[in-house]
Amino acid sequence: MVALALQGVGASYGKTSVLADVTLAELRSGTVTAVIGPNAAGKSTLFKRIAGLIKGPGLVELSDTARGPQAICYMPQDTGANAVLTVYESVLLSAKQGSSWRVSDAELAQIDGLLKALRIDNLAFRGLGELSGGQRQLVSLAQALVRRPEVLLMDEPTSALDLHRQIEVLGLVGDLAKRNGMIVMIAIHELNHALRYCENTIVIAHGKMAASGATASVITTEMLRNIYRIDARVETCSRGTPFVVVDGPV
Amino acid sequence: MTGRDQYRARVFRRLVILALLSLALCVSIACDMALGPANYALRQVLSAIFDPAGAEAQLHVVIWDIRMPIALMAVLVGASLSVAGAEMQTILANPLASPFTLGISAAAAFGAALGLVGGIALFPGAVAYMVPVNAFIMAMAAALFIHLASTMRGVSVETIVLLGIALVFSFNAALSLLQYLASEQALAAVVFWTMGSFAKATWAKVAMILALLVLVVPWLMKDAWALTALRLGDDKAASMGVNVRTLRLRVMMLASLLTAIPVSVVGTIGFVGLVGPHIARMIVGEDQRFFLPASAISGALLLSGTSVLSKTLVPGLILPIGIITALIGVPFFFILIFGSRRRAW
Repeated sequence: MVALALQGVGASYGKTSVLADVTLAELRSGTVTAVIGPNAAGKSTLFKRIAGLIKGPGLVELSDTARGPQAICYMPQDTGANAVLTVYESVLLSAKQGSSWRVSDAELAQIDGLLKALRIDNLAFRGLGELSGGQRQLVSLAQALVRRPEVLLMDEPTSALDLHRQIEVLGLVGDLAKRNGMIVMIAIHELNHALRYCENTIVIAHGKMAASGATASVITTEMLRNIYRIDARVETCSRGTPFVVVDGPV
Repeated sequence: MTGRDQYRARVFRRLVILALLSLALCVSIACDMALGPANYALRQVLSAIFDPAGAEAQLHVVIWDIRMPIALMAVLVGASLSVAGAEMQTILANPLASPFTLGISAAAAFGAALGLVGGIALFPGAVAYMVPVNAFIMAMAAALFIHLASTMRGVSVETIVLLGIALVFSFNAALSLLQYLASEQALAAVVFWTMGSFAKATWAKVAMILALLVLVVPWLMKDAWALTALRLGDDKAASMGVNVRTLRLRVMMLASLLTAIPVSVVGTIGFVGLVGPHIARMIVGEDQRFFLPASAISGALLLSGTSVLSKTLVPGLILPIGIITALIGVPFFFILIFGSRRRAW
């Protein structure tokens, strides 16, 4: 069971610091953590820094895994729509990175199963360029999951999906996290999804961590006012799930 | 039919396409060798190739010493330039990238003109070969410039292509200046060089370009999965474990070699490096395990076919390759673009 902790993690582009001093106690396997914050707050940078795609100060500590940094998979927003590849090929090439040309039946069976689980098996031999934004996000998810990550960093994975697909994908990811013992971090703007699907939440604003902890304790009226500059209430529905009601800008 | 079965069927279909393209290339090579001031029947050409001892002396000399090096040179140069273009398009994520549009061919032409017009040898140790050596040095210098620019922080792939276009204009202007100052004889030599020609092909030059391909192509093929991943975007490729920066630099240098050496030998042939990869992409997609060989074969077929046409379009006259490539290739390319429902990029 993998564990992830951050100590004073930061990053900069040139001389401009875009992320500083993010410290996070151990994230445990089987949990889903929301990373929220305004646009350009540094959420994607945090993910890239954790995945080792950019360098910077601080420590990303990964323990209890034999795969090292390979255990971490970052799923970017960029979906590579220009490539003349089919959905099936794009998932296969993600699975085959760093290995031989030979493609085994077991590898293809894994892809078949994954596309079916995400209900995109009907798109398998469509070109990436023919897909809608939402379909491309599902393909991106398949490309990430086929690598069997132990830590999955998803950068706005549901931003182009319809409501039904959003709920479906977030439910599936939560199930996979529990079943496979994954740590999942999701950069997400829809706070009600964070409240419903994510055990923990981290708030990033102006390149710094503004808050972290259990989701219900982080998404509060004060936080929404201070970070998002909106007047909002966090209420509880008849089934006991908290939800955000926005009244307007501050 | 499961996804697995469909995938296997597609792979098989691609292998068949590659085999058919190879077959067409063999036919084209044979036709190229049969045509010339003295036309031979294909049967005679094949017997001279497969039974050289049994062929009559004149046929043997014409096929083995004159036409075969020229025919093979067309094939190898076409393959080199097309693979170079394919990889430049891949690493720069731009359908317009090619040895020609990045200024590498223009730099080579300027280098050659320095030798032809001014008698300037950029490498004083090789005065006898100053035209190809100058062309090679200038092509590699241009490639190195592009390469260094791409390593600078904040330089996007779009900027690289724009830099390449700026190089094209700069070298073309410098070339025009040299042409303006040149004697009539030197001017004719420069114009002829910039049109590209296989007429001076020898076995030694053929061996040199063959060795280049044998060394470089397997190196590129080794990175087939990583290069394909690059087409999904830098972030995604990096997230799949690809070292994007190192890969891009290595492939740029290899593609530059695949451009500089052939261009220094045969002159400027612009079209094949741009179109060869697009034809390959339209017929086999962008999985580099198929795309790279398909680019090589389509480029080879394009130049070999052009060589045939350059001898047959005007009876008794061999037209410069560079002209025919564009004249024939462009309409063919249009047919492919407008006739195909598949995305070309």
